[in-house]
Amino acid sequence: MSDRRLEVDALTKRYGDTVALDGMTFDVRAGEIFGFVGSNGAGKTTTMRIVLGVLAADGGEVRWAGVPVDHEIRSRIGYMPEERGLYPRMKVGEQLTYLARLHGLGAAQAAAAVAEWTERLGVHARVGDEVQKLSLGNQQRVQLAAALVHNPEILVLDEPFSGLDPVAVDVMSQVLREKAAEGIPVIFSSHQLDLVERLCDRVGIVRAGTMVACDTVDELRASGGEELLVHAPAAPEGWAAGVPGVTVRRQENGRTVLALDEGADDQTVLTAALATGPVREFARRRSTLTELFRHVVSTDTHTGEQQ
Amino acid sequence: MTNTADATGHHQGAQLSNVEAVKLVAGRETSVRLRSKAFKIMLGITAVAFLAVPIITKLAAPGPSTQHVAVVQADAGYGQELSAVADKLHQKVDVIVVADPAAGTAAVRDGKVDAFVTAHGADGTEVTVDKSLPNSLQTLFAVVGQAPAAASQHVQVSPLEKADPQQGQKVAIAIVAGLLMYLILMTVGQMVAQGVVEEKTSRVVELLLATIKPWQLLAGKVVGVAVVGVVQLLVPGVLGLAVGMADGQLNVSLSASVGSLLWTLAWFVAGFWLYALVFASAGAMVSRQEDLGGVMAPIMMPLVAGWVVAISILPANPQSGLAEILSFVPFTAPVLMPMRWALGVAPLWQVLVALFLTLATGVVVLRFAGRVYRNSVLRSGARVPLREALKAA
Repeated sequence: MSDRRLEVDALTKRYGDTVALDGMTFDVRAGEIFGFVGSNGAGKTTTMRIVLGVLAADGGEVRWAGVPVDHEIRSRIGYMPEERGLYPRMKVGEQLTYLARLHGLGAAQAAAAVAEWTERLGVHARVGDEVQKLSLGNQQRVQLAAALVHNPEILVLDEPFSGLDPVAVDVMSQVLREKAAEGIPVIFSSHQLDLVERLCDRVGIVRAGTMVACDTVDELRASGGEELLVHAPAAPEGWAAGVPGVTVRRQENGRTVLALDEGADDQTVLTAALATGPVREFARRRSTLTELFRHVVSTDTHTGEQQ
Repeated sequence: MTNTADATGHHQGAQLSNVEAVKLVAGRETSVRLRSKAFKIMLGITAVAFLAVPIITKLAAPGPSTQHVAVVQADAGYGQELSAVADKLHQKVDVIVVADPAAGTAAVRDGKVDAFVTAHGADGTEVTVDKSLPNSLQTLFAVVGQAPAAASQHVQVSPLEKADPQQGQKVAIAIVAGLLMYLILMTVGQMVAQGVVEEKTSRVVELLLATIKPWQLLAGKVVGVAVVGVVQLLVPGVLGLAVGMADGQLNVSLSASVGSLLWTLAWFVAGFWLYALVFASAGAMVSRQEDLGGVMAPIMMPLVAGWVVAISILPANPQSGLAEILSFVPFTAPVLMPMRWALGVAPLWQVLVALFLTLATGVVVLRFAGRVYRNSVLRSGARVPLREALKAA
């Protein structure tokens, strides 16, 4: 139990001239929810596919509890692929039973697990229906059930929240928390950063096939420094450009978000804001994950343009 | 590893063995397909088709074609009498006069005439034929012979070649066997390809391959569809034989008929093994059902060519050299060899050699098909070029 970690170690993958992964490294500990974020094409899906053995890496290794992940260990991973996949013309119950049995469950065990998870995820009334007759949201629930039905030891979910209604998001979040509490490492990717911020113990931000930031949400936010939100409806574009100690992050609808340098005086900013007219809101706060992510992505675009 | 799994109580199952994995995949494939509407319709059509074959052959048999009879100069008068009676019987009989008996025999041998009358009189009529005397002529000779003396209705037939009285039935069985093979290889081959594409289109293949190995999925699918194919082969085959025998159309012995069916089954297994793998890799190369036609066409060509040769040459000319050669070529053998066997023109050693060649080719194809499948099945979008699909992993 000492080293129950899923380690992704220096994975590399090329598609022709395109570098998909360039030394991707991180780990997910047992009982931890790990959020995997990054812009489209950053390498999240490729990493997950390599973990599941669906793709072969050019270099690097994936280990579970210190042992390189092989076919036997993979059969104990619960996986939700980015591109949802179920047989459209197969009944929900039969489909889940089939997948459970492919993971090595006996017929009776599989039936019990299917009953349990369809009940938990609120699709038990539809077990006799073909998957294609279900709404997209319900198909998502079935997809999650498919990832959970063999009681996996590791969960790898590629954008599990996309396309879910708020109720389903809550159900999904609850399930992930429970699974983590059982001591299972849970890794999921998402573009819904507020959700990631709320749910994850640790977050990894990827860019161009490399992990650029990987830490707890608090640490990540702290590293982004502090920012000021100023609501000055009458302020013209670029009013804060000359104010010392701040950089403008964005300005819209009279609201300006400023990054505050270490030790800079926020009162100078307030004075400058008041000079433009009334100030309705003036708040000091730590960077949100969204802000940090934007920062990382904009750096990405920047280097992209340089090349 | 297993201990930790048990200790935490998370994963209840054990790692699947290869056989179990293939069995599960095959089981799903078979049960889904046997329950599908498409299968039931197809089975219905083939069953009806094979029930209809004996009936159609019966109706088609006495064609209203003109029959040709040769007589020598001395019998010219008899010839005219034949023509006159034939007219009364509404039969089309064309009588020609030949110089001598040798010319008459030659005309029979060349197929210019159906019968050559060598002698007629009170003792009856003697005719020379190539293989057998058509029924309508038999009647005609008997009727004409009857006119002068009642005792002469006896018609003595001397065939040049020993006729096989069961030839017609053998041809019927051969056509049925060949048609079954052709139709079933075609439909089950497409079934495999469509099944592979369906898994690609629905993206379920990624979930499956996260659990089992590509070859297990491929093997399971092929085995599962094969079971469907056997059902599709046996039901109409047994029905057709049963009806044929009950109807009296087929009086070939039961064991011979069952033998033909079993050989057809063996050939189905060999042919399917070869074609299914190729069809599966073709399916893996495309992502949409609409693109499937393009990659399947070259695969279906040898199958179609084999059947066209078989149906156009074999019934009339079982000894055809072209058919013999093609019955050894692995991709056409599964249609042609069972037909030649049913016709009785292929010795056992030929069947066994061709069967072996087909199976051996299947082994070679397995290597490539497995590679194409593995390389292509997870790639979506445009068709995977064959060169890339064949690349060693």
